[in-house]
Amino acid sequence: MSIDRRVFLKIAGITTALGLGGSTLINGLKKRGLEASELPFAAKQGGLTAKRWGMVVDMSRFRNEHDIQRVIDACHNIHNVPFFKNPKHEVKWIWTDTFNHTFPGMESEFMQEGLEEMPFLMLCNHCLHPACVRVCPTQATFKRKDGIVMMDMHRCIGCRFCMAACPFGARSFNWRDPRGKDENGRPFIRKLNPEYPTRMKGVVEKCTFCTERLAKGLQPACAEESNGGLVFGDLEDPGSELREILRTRYTVRRKQELGTQPSVYYVIGGNDNV
Amino acid sequence: MFEKALTGSKRYWIWIFVLLAVIGAGFLAYLKQYEYGLGLTGMSRDVSWGFYIGQFTFMVGIAASGVMLVLPYYLHHYKKFGRLVILGEFLAISAVIMCMLFIFVDLGQPKRVMNVMLHPTLNSVMFWDMVVLMGYLALNVIIGWTVLGSERKGTPPPGWVKPLIYLSIAWAPSIHTVTAFLYAGLPGRHFWLSAIMAARFLSSAFASGPALLIILALIIRKLTKFDPGKEAIQSLGKIVTYFMLTSVFFLGLEFFTAFYSNIPSHMASFKYLYAGLDGHNQLVPLMWISTILAVASIVLLINPKFRENEKILALASVAVFLSLWIDKGFGLVIGGFIPNMFEGVTEYWPTQPEMMISMGVWAIGLLVLTVLYKIAISVKEEVEL
Repeated sequence: MSIDRRVFLKIAGITTALGLGGSTLINGLKKRGLEASELPFAAKQGGLTAKRWGMVVDMSRFRNEHDIQRVIDACHNIHNVPFFKNPKHEVKWIWTDTFNHTFPGMESEFMQEGLEEMPFLMLCNHCLHPACVRVCPTQATFKRKDGIVMMDMHRCIGCRFCMAACPFGARSFNWRDPRGKDENGRPFIRKLNPEYPTRMKGVVEKCTFCTERLAKGLQPACAEESNGGLVFGDLEDPGSELREILRTRYTVRRKQELGTQPSVYYVIGGNDNV
Repeated sequence: MFEKALTGSKRYWIWIFVLLAVIGAGFLAYLKQYEYGLGLTGMSRDVSWGFYIGQFTFMVGIAASGVMLVLPYYLHHYKKFGRLVILGEFLAISAVIMCMLFIFVDLGQPKRVMNVMLHPTLNSVMFWDMVVLMGYLALNVIIGWTVLGSERKGTPPPGWVKPLIYLSIAWAPSIHTVTAFLYAGLPGRHFWLSAIMAARFLSSAFASGPALLIILALIIRKLTKFDPGKEAIQSLGKIVTYFMLTSVFFLGLEFFTAFYSNIPSHMASFKYLYAGLDGHNQLVPLMWISTILAVASIVLLINPKFRENEKILALASVAVFLSLWIDKGFGLVIGGFIPNMFEGVTEYWPTQPEMMISMGVWAIGLLVLTVLYKIAISVKEEVEL
């Protein structure tokens, strides 16, 4: 038995319609929030662009822990960063630690008073020569033209070579399903932001310098909430505020000796400009 | 030839079913891990590779060590190894399969494993590791099977195998060199950032692999009518001796550089492994067991009077194997992650499901090895009797 062209097209049409209708229905039911592929990555009109994005962390601008927590929350809330109680499973994009832990090898026996206890903000350094990008076997982590080290969550196989390679501990692996709930029934993502995709278990994630906000012409969430403590800008633009700070203040970067060329600079001096 | 694996004594079948049972248990544990995520293991944000990757690393060494038989036999026409060569090649096959499985069970998204081939990334050492491991597996399968087939027919192996054999001799060190490069090129991991890493890997591989072969050869002699040959086993004993000495010497070089330079970041991991760091010392007993076994094995191996006694040689081989298994399958990988990038210490110990999965992988390796050895030995018995 053979089917003629008309019958074939009819069957094909019906099958397609059913298939599409079915998937639309499922998507409608799921209401999971945004898929990663729906994010605006390329800068449209009005988006912020740069040759190489960078940041200055000016510790003198953070007066208390509240100032810092606000910055961390801003990032973790909009990016659906899950909260795992077990520190071994922790996922973090921006966080704090002591001077000795932030700048290993720079500590000394006799340090400036108060420096050791200062909570230094850390995030992905978006290095010029990122070791994580070099080792990734699938190009799931890659460097964009504007210097941002980005992740493709749909390509990552979860081998964690990037975590072994990153000298800054900037990468977190989803040891458990971030979309799941803890034993008390509390979701790991405390409050879902439907504007940003959630991740699945078994992939690595980290700070993206808020590419989704840059595309809309907005500063990264942390910078916006920082009251000038985090200055974001174009390292290659001599006229940028960022470069003005780098020109006039003494800054350091984490583990500069490794040659990865971090794009995040720190003004450490505590009380010389307030 | 495969039919040889389908007939065997009662003992053979009991062993096969024991292995299948362990594989089944491991598979169930893997399903659990697949469902829950890798959080089921003892790994963490700080120690992001653990027992799986350690075992992978160790097994690459076992696979590479097949060349210690192939090279003397084919390049130097050392005929005494004639009866052992196939055992070395088949051990390599089983070891490479275990390597691949250990990588697979370590992946967070195993369904996407083909991405490594779909998006080949030449700057990633992991991509090259996949290439060399697959190549080495193919070489050993083709060479081992063809040569054994010819032996069965009583004809010399076909001419086209020779170039492949020479290629496999060059290929063997490459698999372990590339595996060392997974570690040795990472900025900020001071414990691994050592030019001698690949040399250390190769020397420990050429000690642990032949040590395992000695043990296997002695077992085979006991269980079957096939005798791999006293002299061949003695030659392997010499290989183990020299490479164990080299391996310990290389480890000593690492210690010297770290401690004479007195650079804190270079000393930290060694301190953690052998003495404990900031009050954390979970791996210290294991590392000292490894050290004691290494010293004991050298004492037994270096004196020819001891070494020539097969019972002592067997004991020394077990000591070498265990010592290097701890050193490379555990200490080397975990030590690289402690202290972490913030100079803090998060400790690691494998969980029960993690061990079950690992035992499942070993059992698959042993099953492959048993079947391949059964075939090889049946053919040899058939030819000789």
